[in-house]
Amino acid sequence: MKTNNNRTTTARKILLGVSLAALASTANAAELVISNWDGYMAPDAMDAFKAATGNTGEVVKHATNEEIMGKLVASGGKGYDVVFVSSPFAEVLNKLGLAETIDASKVPNLANLYPEAAALAYDPGNTFSVPYTWGTTGLCFRSDLVKAEPASWNDLLKPADDIKGKTTMLATDRWLLAAGQLADGFSVNEVDPAKMEQVKNTLIEAKKTLLAYDDTTFYSKLVSGEAVMVQAWDGWCNYGITDNKDIKYVIPKEGSDLWVDTMVVMKASENKDAALQFINFMLDTKNHAWAAENILYKVPNKAAMDSLPAELSTTYPNMAMPVAELTKFEVLRDVGDSQKEYSRIVSEIKAAQ
Amino acid sequence: MNTSRSTFLMAPALAWLIGLMVVPCGLVLALAFFQRGTYGGVDYTFTLENFARVFDPLYAGIFLNSARIAGIAALIAVVIGYSAAYAIASCRRSLQPVLLFFAVLPFWSNYLIRTYAWIVLLNREGLVTQFMRWFGYTGEPPSMLYTEGAVIAGLVYNYLPFVILTCYAPLSRMNPELAEASRDLGGSAFTTFRRIILPLTLPGIAAGAVFVFVLSIGNFVTPALLGGGRFQMIGNLVYDQFLTANDWPFGAALSMALIAIMMLLLLVQAYASDRASTRTAPVREDG
Repeated sequence: MKTNNNRTTTARKILLGVSLAALASTANAAELVISNWDGYMAPDAMDAFKAATGNTGEVVKHATNEEIMGKLVASGGKGYDVVFVSSPFAEVLNKLGLAETIDASKVPNLANLYPEAAALAYDPGNTFSVPYTWGTTGLCFRSDLVKAEPASWNDLLKPADDIKGKTTMLATDRWLLAAGQLADGFSVNEVDPAKMEQVKNTLIEAKKTLLAYDDTTFYSKLVSGEAVMVQAWDGWCNYGITDNKDIKYVIPKEGSDLWVDTMVVMKASENKDAALQFINFMLDTKNHAWAAENILYKVPNKAAMDSLPAELSTTYPNMAMPVAELTKFEVLRDVGDSQKEYSRIVSEIKAAQ
Repeated sequence: MNTSRSTFLMAPALAWLIGLMVVPCGLVLALAFFQRGTYGGVDYTFTLENFARVFDPLYAGIFLNSARIAGIAALIAVVIGYSAAYAIASCRRSLQPVLLFFAVLPFWSNYLIRTYAWIVLLNREGLVTQFMRWFGYTGEPPSMLYTEGAVIAGLVYNYLPFVILTCYAPLSRMNPELAEASRDLGGSAFTTFRRIILPLTLPGIAAGAVFVFVLSIGNFVTPALLGGGRFQMIGNLVYDQFLTANDWPFGAALSMALIAIMMLLLLVQAYASDRASTRTAPVREDG
């Protein structure tokens, strides 16, 4: 990564020649490497960031938390300045000593965040992570194709006969397990072996009624009518609502997890000031509002949420959810050694006939 | 050919094989003897636990199930592929290359695109359902996608050309006088096929079947796309260890077990076809 940047830097130096002197004031301008999910920030964000701070940056993409974690653990965090990961993974980065402490004095826009966003259980006070988006996981369904609107996780896990074979669940370990954990009345961070055995059996039974496990195209399955009820992150259900007004989102009575996608600065970063500038830039009202308007996830930024057009929350009811109601839900935590057990349970569920 | 020249000619291929095949496989093998760290990564402590885990009923079960699915796919591919090869070999000589060309044509497009095409065909609102509706079908569309049948169909479709090619070769080389002699001696068409044609083309069938089996058992794209994640094959399990569970050592042990199975089958196939050719050769000369 660095080598590539050096090459472009050299080319730029030769091309710019004389104007190099003019750039002397930004001689310590850094080139950041940021890893994020595809489409999770404005396409022109890095240009705007450069205009605002003089720093340039390259955005590399990861498809899943697990993918970027594999790379970070293997490289000791080298090669990246800022990474976007979900809260349990941010917690792991901190435990491994790969996450840098956030110097709040260099991120004045932290003041834009809701007070609740600085009191999240995995990182009270935002010491090593800054929340970027947050939301719930619930049921996304076609109100015109189901006889009764779902109210419980069991409406998905033990579906009525008419919707059997027309439901999907998320395949990612934590969210797949969370559906069973919540349905059985347990914490989304439950690790007790007997309870997890029960969750496993619940999910193996549910598997028999599923159309598929789907993390990426479930909303289009709803739009086409292939599926009528799916486990979904709230923002992704909105992509379905955009195409079909009969699609609705509900949080089952047993509750949801509170997921938080965060920004973490790597301890191995050589551009920590610039990395904090980047986080500060993303927390800017206008930039953070971009995420809410385009990804259709809630953002933990009060100023940004207040700036959103009113019709957004009428079209996408999840956007109107009060923060106090959202933060009632239990946040996903790192489960440490039990993660191995989680992986095994998921393997067993997926291998079950 | 003198040795120095053949060494020179073989050097690029050997370097390729060693650098991009033997060395990476060795690294993966080495990885299998270490422990995973709690948060992924590799803890360089020697252990045999990963290999023991391969024989855990859960994972051994996935191996067996993958072998079953791959076996069914190989069987169906052989029946369809052999029939197709037989039909092609019975056509006019001038027509045969054209038909073979069409048989392997799908190979020229991307595997993923070909597999996605099956999703377009089979999904509940897909082309097959629309076609049935066009003929007046009004009932509930059948579940075709995300079934074991869909996975097998995808595997058969993708690997069928291998069987056609391996079966066509012995069929087209077969001396037609052998079949004529059998009929002259009173053998029915079925007896001729069973006692003359089939045994002579068996090495081709075996080669095709082993290809389909070996390629299917390690496949992870088809079960992921056409099985909707509900059918886990050994390839998916390996993929999950590397990309989801971040348990590289166990993933390495699984892939080594898979490679061992593949090598064994290919060796058996090579040995069998070698024996078959040395056994049948003198017969042909005598005849």
